[in-house]
Amino acid sequence: MRLEGEATLEPLPIPHRLNCLEGTMAKYIGQRVKRTEDPRLIKGLAHYVDDIRLPDTLHVVFLRSIYAHARITKIDSDEATKAPGVVAVFTGRDIGDRIGPVPCASALEGLKVPDHRPLARDKVYFVGHPIAAVVATDPYLARDAVDLITVDYEELPAVVDAEEAAKSGSPVIHEQFGDNIAYRLTAGEGDIDAALASADRVIRQRIVNQRLAPVAMEPRGVLARYLPGEGELTIWSSTQIPHLLRTQLALMLGIPENKLRVIAPEVGGGFGSKLNVYGEEALLGWISMQLGKPVKWIETRRENLQATIHGRGQVGEIEIGCKNDGTVTGLRYNVIADLGAYLQLLTPAIPTLTGLMLSGSYKIPAIQINVTAVFTNKMATDAYRGAGRPEATYVVERAMDLVAAELGLDPVEVRRKNFPKPEEFPFKTATGLFYDSGNYEAALNKALEISDYAKLREEQRRARDQGRLIGIGVSSYVEICALGPSQAMPAGGWESATVRIEPTGKVTILTGASPHGQGQETSFAQIAADELGVDINDVTVIHGDTSIVQYGIGTFGSRATAVGGTAVLKAIEKLKEKINRIAAHLLGTDASLVAFSEGRFSIREAKRAAAAGEVTAAGPPEPKPNGKKSVSLKDVALAAHLAKDLPPDMEPGLSATYFFEPKNFTFPFGTHIVVVEIDRETGDVKFLRYVAVDDCGKVINPMLVEGQIQGGIAQSIGQALYEEVVYDEQGQLVTGSLMDYAVPRAHMIPRFELDRTETPTDVNPLGIKGVGEAGTIGATPAIVGAIIDALAPFGVHHLDMPIKPETIWRIVNRS
Amino acid sequence: MKTTVRMKVNGVEHSHEVEPRLLLVHYLRDVLGLTGTHIGCDTSICGACTVLIDGQAVKSCTMFAVQADGAEVTTIEGLASNGKLHPVQEGFWECHGLQCGYCTPGMIIAAVQLLERNPNPTEDEVRHGLEGNLCRCTGYQHIVEAVQYAARKLGSGS
Repeated sequence: MRLEGEATLEPLPIPHRLNCLEGTMAKYIGQRVKRTEDPRLIKGLAHYVDDIRLPDTLHVVFLRSIYAHARITKIDSDEATKAPGVVAVFTGRDIGDRIGPVPCASALEGLKVPDHRPLARDKVYFVGHPIAAVVATDPYLARDAVDLITVDYEELPAVVDAEEAAKSGSPVIHEQFGDNIAYRLTAGEGDIDAALASADRVIRQRIVNQRLAPVAMEPRGVLARYLPGEGELTIWSSTQIPHLLRTQLALMLGIPENKLRVIAPEVGGGFGSKLNVYGEEALLGWISMQLGKPVKWIETRRENLQATIHGRGQVGEIEIGCKNDGTVTGLRYNVIADLGAYLQLLTPAIPTLTGLMLSGSYKIPAIQINVTAVFTNKMATDAYRGAGRPEATYVVERAMDLVAAELGLDPVEVRRKNFPKPEEFPFKTATGLFYDSGNYEAALNKALEISDYAKLREEQRRARDQGRLIGIGVSSYVEICALGPSQAMPAGGWESATVRIEPTGKVTILTGASPHGQGQETSFAQIAADELGVDINDVTVIHGDTSIVQYGIGTFGSRATAVGGTAVLKAIEKLKEKINRIAAHLLGTDASLVAFSEGRFSIREAKRAAAAGEVTAAGPPEPKPNGKKSVSLKDVALAAHLAKDLPPDMEPGLSATYFFEPKNFTFPFGTHIVVVEIDRETGDVKFLRYVAVDDCGKVINPMLVEGQIQGGIAQSIGQALYEEVVYDEQGQLVTGSLMDYAVPRAHMIPRFELDRTETPTDVNPLGIKGVGEAGTIGATPAIVGAIIDALAPFGVHHLDMPIKPETIWRIVNRS
Repeated sequence: MKTTVRMKVNGVEHSHEVEPRLLLVHYLRDVLGLTGTHIGCDTSICGACTVLIDGQAVKSCTMFAVQADGAEVTTIEGLASNGKLHPVQEGFWECHGLQCGYCTPGMIIAAVQLLERNPNPTEDEVRHGLEGNLCRCTGYQHIVEAVQYAARKLGSGS
């Protein structure tokens, strides 16, 4: 076992050293480079929103609804307004239409969009719905004053269960719509009825992807400062999308976008929950504009669980048809998607991503998804790590296990039989996607080899004979990453980079991506350091400030490196042309004769140049009389800025910007194999092995890739075994604190055995596919599959998540 | 009805008049400006606010500032000495034991105490020793490796 019992200070064993990218200098790319962002974080010197201190800041605390569904008949805030330290109290009626609706970016046909304002007006629609904002000189005093506001509610029946919400007799949440159906959608290709009719077997199973809470360790937070003289509003927000947020807030607040600055400072995790536009962000800006002072709101964890978006929330039924040899003929997924009370930025889009990914890593000739998306009196669901793809993977992988169980085949063989072959890529699915590249069997085989699968099955048989309950689960996933081509995205799918070489030769990268833990300050610096031949410590990566960084899209959908990293590379390529020309000018030669090595430019030897066929007819120009033999990047940078001696007609300065538009998504894949043992007496699940072979294409920094995969799997373990947002029948949030919502702790997570295969993509020149969500997408069905396999002797074919010890104990002990 | 509270934080004596209800974590962050100690929950579950009080790892959101009167407090900002990282901080950097960094100060402080009590912990002992601290990014494996790196470094006396 790695590290165990070692007493030396040898460098850590490196399990899977990476291949460098071909054709680069690769001093950094592909290496386990320590993160450049870490020193400030491990010293406690970083600045998250709540760490930013402005003089005279006022503090906002919200009064939120205690009912899931009620009419507000009266709000009395007189006493609160007079309370010590209180500067103002605002309600939805005070604000009226002066702040525009909270936006939803989805443009599905027939979508019903409720009017969603930052503060409730006449009705509240979920527990935690903000009703009033108290502004005071001190957060404790603001909190005190919240208790002095009285609200008269007329309680209405709460619609909590998504399946009930879809029924015609259900109470209606948004009366103007007549029912609770936000939209219906049917998608997919192939004749599904014929495919199922021609199958030897058709298996049906109800499958639930329960609601989850993203629980970034840093809750949300907003600091807003309006400067009336300059007419400028600055909003610091814990967000994944500073530029998109700026555009939306400008529209909501009616102020010019070029007078609005959004800063995402250090952001303590997002997992999709900060890929949004929240009412609080607009409201804080508006309050600062009213009062002319900075105002701050820091979300409590209770608010975070109530009123930050949730994820998943799908209840469905699958029908999968197969031949007796295990060949899948068709898959239908009828699903009710629980959207919650309002549509946040991408709420309606999540089930559509599920539909797109229903082919999994298999050739399925006919696929159909029928979505019924419903409003419920709960917080909105939206993008949580994986965002629709974990749901799809879970559905497809469970289906493959059900086929295997039905036919008495090994689940590995059923998967292998249905994989497209490497030569079939780009592979078109019946959901309309083109998978860029893949070798699914190679990843599967590697996982089988590492886990010694055949031996595992033997051991399992022996263990069963001894009465032990051991299960093996397999998942061969594919995911959609590097989001994405702008045609397929609500607000542009490109990413931007500016690379600037300062007069002293230091390199500054401005990226439109907005990393919040993923480590792109390091991986982008790795790209630049290799491409420009500089020390990585001479590169600084700046992100998250809309006044400094050119427009960008942000960090989500496993896109920052694949799309944003490519923008960095392309900007450098543009810059290199100019660098070469300046270097040639300084050396008194032609740009085609400049050689670059170890950070210095020099004139290629005439012989070598001639041999390479690159000498112009006139031959290489003579070096200037005072010419140098070589110049450094620093010399070039200084010359570019002094501009006293540049090639004729050349612009001064040394900076290039590139907006990279990907031509397709990427489709990373892999196989996870999980071995569990069940404790008969307690129903506890113990992990014996966790093997993951992931293929995310080429890799910039394997250490960061491992971190992403491990963290992703841990969140999957959370979904499989522990986590669930629970509302009771009245719509009260039962899991309203971290005492009740079970985020996994260190001892609940096993050691992972990771490996990779490497299938490059031609979607971007770096050949990278993205890895931010892979663990969360691939792992859940493997874990559930292992538990169900362990319980197979009891006739179990399926269980809903989270699979709690009590559920298992009852199965084991019922006889 | 403010009360005087005196404590030594990262080697520096402080004395302030504070409200009795002021939480220690707010005293550290808002009165002393030591914002490296974070707040991640309302219920003393997540451990982001962990500091050392007289050598004991304590969640500073569970205590009032006045309860720490007379105590010696070490926060994340006080862990490095003479510009040199504490071996646990170094381990977190070397082993990629952090991503977003929000849980990290509390996690590092908890690990410091863990290693004081058990200088050569097994993987299992590290995992159980850090039960009081939540991390949502790393999946904990690199954190375990970071702590064991620090154990080796401390064990070798460097």
